[in-house]
Amino acid sequence: MNKGSFVERNIRVLFPLPAVVFVIVMMLFPVLYTLFLSFTNWNLTSGMPLRFSWFRSYARVLGEPRFLDAIGRTFSFTALAVAAETILGLALALLLNREFKGKAVMKLILLLPLVATPVAIGIVWNLFFDPTIGLANFVLSLLGMQPSAWVSSPQTVIPSLVLVDIWQWTPMITLIVLAGLAALSPEPYESARVDGASSFQIFSKITLPMIAPTLLTAMILRSVDALKTFDIIYAMTGGGPGYASETMNVMAFKYSFEYFRMGQSSVILVFLFLLVLFLSMVIMRLRARFEL
Amino acid sequence: MKTSLPRRAGFLVLLVCIAIPVLFPFFWMLSSSFKTQVDIVSWPPKLLFSPILGNYVKVFAEQNFLKYFVNSSVIGVTAVVLSLLLGLPAAYSIARFQQKRLSVFILVARLMPGISFLMPWYIIFSRLKLMDSYVALILSHMLIALPIVVWIMSSYFETVPVEMEESAMVDGATRQRAFLSIILPVSGPGIVTSITLSFIFSWNNFMFSQVLSMERTKTLPIAVYNFVSYAEVDWGAVMAAAVAIMAPAILLTMIFQKYVVKGLTMGAVKG
Repeated sequence: MNKGSFVERNIRVLFPLPAVVFVIVMMLFPVLYTLFLSFTNWNLTSGMPLRFSWFRSYARVLGEPRFLDAIGRTFSFTALAVAAETILGLALALLLNREFKGKAVMKLILLLPLVATPVAIGIVWNLFFDPTIGLANFVLSLLGMQPSAWVSSPQTVIPSLVLVDIWQWTPMITLIVLAGLAALSPEPYESARVDGASSFQIFSKITLPMIAPTLLTAMILRSVDALKTFDIIYAMTGGGPGYASETMNVMAFKYSFEYFRMGQSSVILVFLFLLVLFLSMVIMRLRARFEL
Repeated sequence: MKTSLPRRAGFLVLLVCIAIPVLFPFFWMLSSSFKTQVDIVSWPPKLLFSPILGNYVKVFAEQNFLKYFVNSSVIGVTAVVLSLLLGLPAAYSIARFQQKRLSVFILVARLMPGISFLMPWYIIFSRLKLMDSYVALILSHMLIALPIVVWIMSSYFETVPVEMEESAMVDGATRQRAFLSIILPVSGPGIVTSITLSFIFSWNNFMFSQVLSMERTKTLPIAVYNFVSYAEVDWGAVMAAAVAIMAPAILLTMIFQKYVVKGLTMGAVKG
């Protein structure tokens, strides 16, 4: 079989080719370059030529308490945010999973935080969190509680940022679970109702197991994005006060574009990258396992 | 099944309790954008005040916001159009020839932290004298848009029956002809979803423009961010800027609500 033009015979190569070339040039090559730079101690401002230093940048970065703190912070931020968003998002989805007037409006409301510009959102929340004029402390005073320093204190900055993340991303989990619930087959529910199962039994024995793959995928997707959270943290605190809200992403950004220590920044990126790669592989595995 | 009135009233209260915290930051941003600085810093916070338009005048007349608006639009639209040109054929090929590995390769771009490309781009674009150029910004925003297009369209093309192009090919059309004149015309909903989502993500992107753009190609998120880096924050103007930057994305979401929901959720739900 050798009929058709050159294009038609090679269509499975030619059609994806431009996109693949683009991704190689813009993603694969830069990632390899970063990997290469991580074995140098290149500093853009020092004026020194690029020198190969093997693992010296790795040693420098790993010996830096600031980096180890950033790793811990990245994980605790992600864990807190994703846990809260999953529980809250699942609860909201279960509540909204019925036919009611205004369901479309409700979905639109839930969409708004997802499409709102994160930098602008961060600034709006900074106005809330302002210690003297902010609404957050006003609400606390109404409840008869002590004012909090929110993002201006090292103790409260991470929970405050997590709060913003929860506000912005819980709807994502809700919408994904709602879509998952809508795709479930009604049969198990009918037979459970015939058998006289309670709503809790229906939830724990039918809904939860059937929705679990969707929920798990949503959680991991959300974790990947939470690990990478940058806009909100950078816009609200710049990683401060001190380094109190500096995650790996923010630290890598500062090392690259404020200190221009490209070698060490590359080391941070390699670690961040391995972390995301690991989670991505978990996603792929799950998708294959559950045929998602 | 009819539910009782108290139950329905209870549900309505519940809906309101969900909607208020979600909407409140938007409400506060909007109302603060019409406040004077005195009204904003007053304690306790004011719900009632006499609205002014001065903040918007300041943002658009004094701060050159219109230029950043145009920059964001030009960069977003160009990046989306080019991503469709590259992404549609790739997605078609992935869907029809089951090129799983290829789809994973392109989707990794969606999962990778942007900064792992940004640092090398900074070095390369500086060498090529492309800093603060539209070329650099459009290329960087294409890496946001392209994975979205491929992600959405490859699943969309799978739902288009193979018979459609096969019958055209039996009639003598080439496959590329069939793709252009048979498949693409029925793929409207998928294309609308990818355009809307990739444009919104490009519009909202902060990190790439923060590094790659300076005055000439500055986009809106950077302009809004620069507003607060001054010593004393002019909150009213900042809020007006925040409203201006969010309005287009929210408007798009309202118009294409169904597509946006579909696009955002399809990653986790098969459909």
